[in-house]
Amino acid sequence: MSAVPLLEGEGWRQRLSAFWDDYRQNWVAVAALIVIVTALGLAFLAPLIAPQNPYDQSALDLFDARLPPGEVGSGGYTHILGTDSAGRDLFSAILYGLRVSFLIGLMAGAVAFCFGATIGLLAAYYGGRTEAIIMRIVDLQLSLPAILLALVLVALLGQGLMQLVAALVTAQYAYFARTTHGAASAERRKDYIEAAMSTPLPAYRVLFKHLLPNALPPLIVVATVQVANAIALEATLSFLGLGLPLTTPSLGSLISNGFQYLLSGRYWISIYPGIALMVVVVAINLVGDQVRTILNPRRSK
Amino acid sequence: MLGFLLQRVLQAAAVIVVMSILVFIGVYAIGNPIDVMIDPGADQALREALIKRYGFDQSLIVQYGYFAKSILTGDFGESFIYRLPVLSLIWSRFPATFELALSAMVIATCVGIPLGIWAGYRPDSIAAKAIMAFSTLGFSVPTFWIGLLLIMVFAVELGLLPSGGRGEVGSILGIPTSLATLDGLSHMILPAINLSLFKMGLLIRLTRAGMQEVMGSDYVRFARAQGLPERQVIGLHVLKNISIPIVTVFGLEFGATLAFAVVTETIFNWPGMGKLIIDSITTLDRPVMVAYLILVVLLFVLINLAVDLTYGKLDPRIRTKGAA
Repeated sequence: MSAVPLLEGEGWRQRLSAFWDDYRQNWVAVAALIVIVTALGLAFLAPLIAPQNPYDQSALDLFDARLPPGEVGSGGYTHILGTDSAGRDLFSAILYGLRVSFLIGLMAGAVAFCFGATIGLLAAYYGGRTEAIIMRIVDLQLSLPAILLALVLVALLGQGLMQLVAALVTAQYAYFARTTHGAASAERRKDYIEAAMSTPLPAYRVLFKHLLPNALPPLIVVATVQVANAIALEATLSFLGLGLPLTTPSLGSLISNGFQYLLSGRYWISIYPGIALMVVVVAINLVGDQVRTILNPRRSK
Repeated sequence: MLGFLLQRVLQAAAVIVVMSILVFIGVYAIGNPIDVMIDPGADQALREALIKRYGFDQSLIVQYGYFAKSILTGDFGESFIYRLPVLSLIWSRFPATFELALSAMVIATCVGIPLGIWAGYRPDSIAAKAIMAFSTLGFSVPTFWIGLLLIMVFAVELGLLPSGGRGEVGSILGIPTSLATLDGLSHMILPAINLSLFKMGLLIRLTRAGMQEVMGSDYVRFARAQGLPERQVIGLHVLKNISIPIVTVFGLEFGATLAFAVVTETIFNWPGMGKLIIDSITTLDRPVMVAYLILVVLLFVLINLAVDLTYGKLDPRIRTKGAA
């Protein structure tokens, strides 16, 4: 990290390639990145890859229910990961489930990022009483566990994709607000912000063009981890039966659906979606760890 | 010190009042409990009598007034489903959750802090890297999934431990607990480990970060230059200085563990408060939801207060700054 404040458009290319040179030093992090890109590719190309559309109820056949991995079903193709209790091909369901999980994770992460960063910036910019009240609320929310907040909100708002995203955002924006506030209030005292504020530039321009870019590095780290957390949280809510219905299976609802068969030895119905979930969440966290190491200002070069 | 104490207590009281209003509005403004409560076959007169009895015909402000008044007298109402006073219902589930959370915290602390100290003491060793990988897994892999794996391996495949329930409940000092019987303990192992892993990952990271920061400080160098044995340097100087963040997290996380037990209790069919709240959400049992949320907020505020005050005890600088 250079100590010189960043100007608009200055050297993004060089910074990015320097970042990548640092990033690839850790082969675990590179592998994790490859895993994420592959999973994203599989998830968004699911309709082309999956042998079956798991949303299409008419394509499901109850004769195919709970086939172990490797059996050939009535569709004439091999169910490489077996089928669930409704006769869904698990491989297809996992691909579509990944899609739902990524979509929710990215959406919740992006909205929480925008909302939280704006609130944190405003608090740091205006200071005084505004700052005190905003940060007090944020701190209070941070002391409550995210799962509890999300649980209550889903209970109040009802089930559905948008409700779920709203619950996740409410449970997570506080992390962004706290991080932005911390980084921005450190920048706020520096001369270049004082200089920008003494010019007749509108407040939003100082906030988003000058303050935000320099508060960005820690935010990127939080964003990575929060996407993983949103995916895990959604899966947990779905597992508890408060997320998406099984007609739009996310990884969490697939696992939940298979849980009852676990005790009778039909492990594949919940274990394979679980492995997909675990691999994705851990990979995102590993990438986040490496990004944090690189962006840590105290790191010796 | 008195000013600091008073300020914190007032803040805590304000938070509780605000939260009680939010919880009340949140829970009462949405959904219609009348449909859940009253048999659709009931005649109009019975219906109206019941609506009157539960106060649903009043305005929200009036309902909040009654609600606040009865809470202050310790009356949280009656569960729609169980037809029992809510407070005693929650209280009857409390020991199960408490013993689970306590066991989990003990496991997390006894394993996490030594591992963290080791990982921070020799950060480049293979052991330290293995410990850090374990901690990453511990707090990134969703709890419910680890619980599932534990059940599959230890209950289904190996058949060593029971897959759910609380087992035989004995009693210690008149408190019913699974810790008192062997059967209860065997039921406790898997859920307690499951609940502890997240905290363990967190404690490992925190202790390691503290260790690394303190190990490079001047006073550690001086203590070593004095010729103090390494054990004393670590045990006395280092541990004392990394204790503040650990105490904070322990306090805050204990509350979080009680609340987070929701997930573990559902997987292992553990009859605690967490399972009660999930059931009350799915059955729209509002009095239970409201009482649970208020109690959780109260618990968190009290824990925050206790942590703040402990802070002041451990580090006098915070006390003077906080009171100013």
